[in-house]
Amino acid sequence: MQTASRFLQRHFGHFWLALVYLFLYIPLFFLIVFSFNSTRQDGVFTGFSLRWYEALFNDSRLVEGFFLSLKVAVITGTVSTILGTLAAFVLVRYTKFRGRSLFTGLVSAPLVMPEVIIGLSLLLLMVAVQQAIGWPERGITTIVIGHALLGMAYAAVVIEARLREMDRSLEEAAMDLGCRPSQVFFLVTLPNIVPSLISAWMLTFTLSFDDVVISEFLSGPGVTTLPQVIFGYARRGVNPSIYAAATILIVTVSSGIILYSIYMARRQTRREREIKAATRTESTMDAV
Amino acid sequence: MNLEKWNHLLPGTRFVIGTPFAWLLIFFVAPFLILLRISVTDMGNGIDPFAPVVQTIEGAWHIVLKFQNYLSIFGQPDDSGVMRWGNTIYLEAYLTSVKYAFWTTVLCLIIGYPFAYFIARAQKSVQPALLMMVMLPFWTSFLLRVYAWKGILADQGVLNNFLLWLGVIQSPIQMLYTDVSMLLGMTYVYCPFMILPLYATLVKMDFRLLEAAYDLGASPWSAFWLITVPLSKAGIIAGSMLVFIPCVGEFVIPSLLGGAENIMIGRVVWDEMFSSNNWPRAAALAIVMILFILVPMAIYNHYSAERNAAKRD
Repeated sequence: MQTASRFLQRHFGHFWLALVYLFLYIPLFFLIVFSFNSTRQDGVFTGFSLRWYEALFNDSRLVEGFFLSLKVAVITGTVSTILGTLAAFVLVRYTKFRGRSLFTGLVSAPLVMPEVIIGLSLLLLMVAVQQAIGWPERGITTIVIGHALLGMAYAAVVIEARLREMDRSLEEAAMDLGCRPSQVFFLVTLPNIVPSLISAWMLTFTLSFDDVVISEFLSGPGVTTLPQVIFGYARRGVNPSIYAAATILIVTVSSGIILYSIYMARRQTRREREIKAATRTESTMDAV
Repeated sequence: MNLEKWNHLLPGTRFVIGTPFAWLLIFFVAPFLILLRISVTDMGNGIDPFAPVVQTIEGAWHIVLKFQNYLSIFGQPDDSGVMRWGNTIYLEAYLTSVKYAFWTTVLCLIIGYPFAYFIARAQKSVQPALLMMVMLPFWTSFLLRVYAWKGILADQGVLNNFLLWLGVIQSPIQMLYTDVSMLLGMTYVYCPFMILPLYATLVKMDFRLLEAAYDLGASPWSAFWLITVPLSKAGIIAGSMLVFIPCVGEFVIPSLLGGAENIMIGRVVWDEMFSSNNWPRAAALAIVMILFILVPMAIYNHYSAERNAAKRD
């Protein structure tokens, strides 16, 4: 009875995993296959062609949107990571200061706030400030502020986790050896949390590069990010150039992620091997 | 030396705390206060989008608060001028949003729970790869994946053609712009938000407890309900809130996959703001939307605080 139910359970598990992965990946397969379709038709693959890729590169709105989004995402990633590092540092290292509980609540609040509300309320702020001091014009600045508000929250979560794991005795050792506080930070703390900074930057870059709602609220005339252009096209109907853009994105992102995780896995095994080698030397020395 | 005290001796302490704090106060708290303020004003005179709160009436300063924006959400006067509560398009939009968010959460739980469970029980060596495969679509554009469903579900789309070819259906059935496409799209997008917190709690579970239960004569089913589910409660709650809350305010998926009758509140806020140019009402709608998600947010914060506290110990 026991073995029978376990057998069933194991195979049900494989079946369920396969089914959900299929569900998660169907749209990606669809985008890739139909980006090579020879006609505009959505339901049938009529033949292989690269015409939608050609159309994509000739579509100035998409190309301009791409470069704008790239710029916005790079700035957002950087600003969010810097602010997120500071916020994570405060959360982990400064346990007593006035307003700490307010601060803790505020840092993660944007994570659970619907984007429509973030977009709307920031727009109202920007309009008020603009009326008062004549700046900022709605455009790249306002979009970056909106994205970075959300980005900081994500970055803080990622970096906070890493900071908590970090071995504080390293910092204490550096201090005992006479490092100034700033030296401790730049020579010991920062190198230790670099992987989380990279993850935070990539995450917030992606967040910004993909965002529609906040950009729709905060962009101004003549400033249209790539997702906004795509959203506009998507509401009107089928446009296989978008599939071509999606395919390029999917291939770039997945090869990037796969390469990165192979690199990380290799580093991990190398470290383990080194640790093993080091302990072995120690024990042989003990034996001697 | 006490590190805590040492940290406070840093000359940069003010800068380290002040920068993110000021950022949040300026770009998160202040906008919210402005939203609150505009929600209690009249529509402007055509030049300004809304009336000022402090007005000079007959030479004296008055604070003018108008609550009709809120009233108009919950009811409207009928022909004889008597207020009729309920039945406004706004209330309907809220209910539609909550309804879709609820069913999406249920679907994500049904799909995601077994999925997270089986990943947590898979061999340790393959778990990172399995998780990465969940995250990978998440890193590619959300908008494009939703757009893909439009092509799949269309009347002349892949799925209809496939079903016709199989002979399951005789003529294309409408799937796009229905409840089916909405729930499918939302479940698709938000499923990873359910899976990841569930996995995080399930992977920490000691599965020997199940074996003990079996040895003591429990059926797999009762062992599941009496042990696995209670132990993963934190993950279930976190995942459900992470799905439910953004779903209530969802804007993109209803625009692309929803029909004309599936108007959700995010869309209504947008229309009030940019089509009707009624800023005060858009603000009031947003405030009420926050009220709708306040309880789930509080639950989420409570549980994540508890989890963090547990992590620290």
